[in-house]
Amino acid sequence: MTPERAETLEWLVQRASAAVLALCVIVHLAVIVIAVQGGVTSKEIVARVGGSVPWLAFYSVFVVAVALHAPTGLRNILREYTALGRRATHWIMAGVCALILVMGFRAVIGLYGLGA
Amino acid sequence: MSNDTLTVEIWRGREDGRFDTFEVPRMASQTVLDIVTYVQRNLDPGLSYRFACRVGVCGSCAMTVNGKPRWTCRTHVDKVADEGTLRIQPLKNMPVIRDLAVDMTEFFEKWTKAKAHFVPTATRHDDFAQVSPSDPKRKEATAGIECINCGVCYSACDTVAWLGDYLGPAALNRAWTLVNDARDGGQKERLKAIAGAGGCQACHSHQSCFELCPKHLNPTASIAGLKRATVKAALKGEI
Amino acid sequence: MKTHRNHANYWAFVLHRISGLALLLFLPAHFYVLALAVEQSATLDMFLSWTEAPVVKLLETGLVILLAAHMTGGLRILAIEFLAWRDWQKSVVAITGGLSLAAGLLFLLNAG
Repeated sequence: MTPERAETLEWLVQRASAAVLALCVIVHLAVIVIAVQGGVTSKEIVARVGGSVPWLAFYSVFVVAVALHAPTGLRNILREYTALGRRATHWIMAGVCALILVMGFRAVIGLYGLGA
Repeated sequence: MSNDTLTVEIWRGREDGRFDTFEVPRMASQTVLDIVTYVQRNLDPGLSYRFACRVGVCGSCAMTVNGKPRWTCRTHVDKVADEGTLRIQPLKNMPVIRDLAVDMTEFFEKWTKAKAHFVPTATRHDDFAQVSPSDPKRKEATAGIECINCGVCYSACDTVAWLGDYLGPAALNRAWTLVNDARDGGQKERLKAIAGAGGCQACHSHQSCFELCPKHLNPTASIAGLKRATVKAALKGEI
Repeated sequence: MKTHRNHANYWAFVLHRISGLALLLFLPAHFYVLALAVEQSATLDMFLSWTEAPVVKLLETGLVILLAAHMTGGLRILAIEFLAWRDWQKSVVAITGGLSLAAGLLFLLNAG
């Protein structure tokens, strides 16, 4: 893939994931504000998310969207403020994406599994 | 500090250098270019600077005045020297040749790299192209074509400063006017040229270019147009 | 401030970038804590009761503000890049700032 094509598609993925995240974040903020009333316990979280397919779907989309969105933002910061080149920043991006996917799904699937 | 004189700091040297301080008599309707001219003629003939028309049409006199890139012939001292001091430096993001004169080679090379030049398709045997002024694409092009390549936007752009490759607002704005030119035959090559590592996607919409363009052009809007155009082309497989 | 950067859209960019970086650094901790529910729910509950402390509530409010700020800043970018240009976009910057603070306040009030 040419650099022009890669760069353009990366930009598209970042903007598309941003749009998805805007919706996810609105829902997430609403949940936090409502759920945090009077304190929150692990029981509460598990009761809401555990065994719930809709929440599983929602948080899975959320995790994937963040995993696609965050690395590009980080890459811009690295390319503009450090001397790291294209290859190095590409590997860092891939690493951050993997980290978010692994840790995110560990949490999401773990919580879902507790209610099933 | 008397109201009759102004304390002016002017950059001397290249990237390494110093500020020299001058006391310059104030006059009515004085511009920053008047100040620099006075210093060079009466106080220090060794001061290097550029100017040409002196009346705000050529863009040659652009310098950094109190931190902002401006046309010095169109910057009234009254408007900028609020505390009775003035600091004049060369334009940023370009190598300093000497004192207030900068090397614009890379600025113009990026214009070429962006393929921001017209590619003709007609010959002398063809009739004139019919382009309606009310055509939306023509309006987009018209909004950007008054650029005289003065370098103010390029100098103000932090992305140019941070990302050496970045083509910059002037080159990309010019490319956008051509993307919207129905007569141009170089569309595919141009879109390839302005995507990629230093291309339009690097713009973060700071809009310092829009804020400071002396001709009130809007490179940020042009670059947003290029972002949309490149994505369309990539999805069609043309990039 | 005497630089070319002293204008609304530039500050919007700074806030967007800083909030993005802060959120990225926060995320692994967030996922780690949530995953505690699976094997170590007692630890999670201890942690959650610790978050009742006022200082932590303040930090959480900060996080909510950062999240809202990053989102509204991002919507600003999407508007600039995909919608027809409007010169009053500077007002949009002010609105986005306001919305972020509103979200934070809502959180703080409800958390009590």
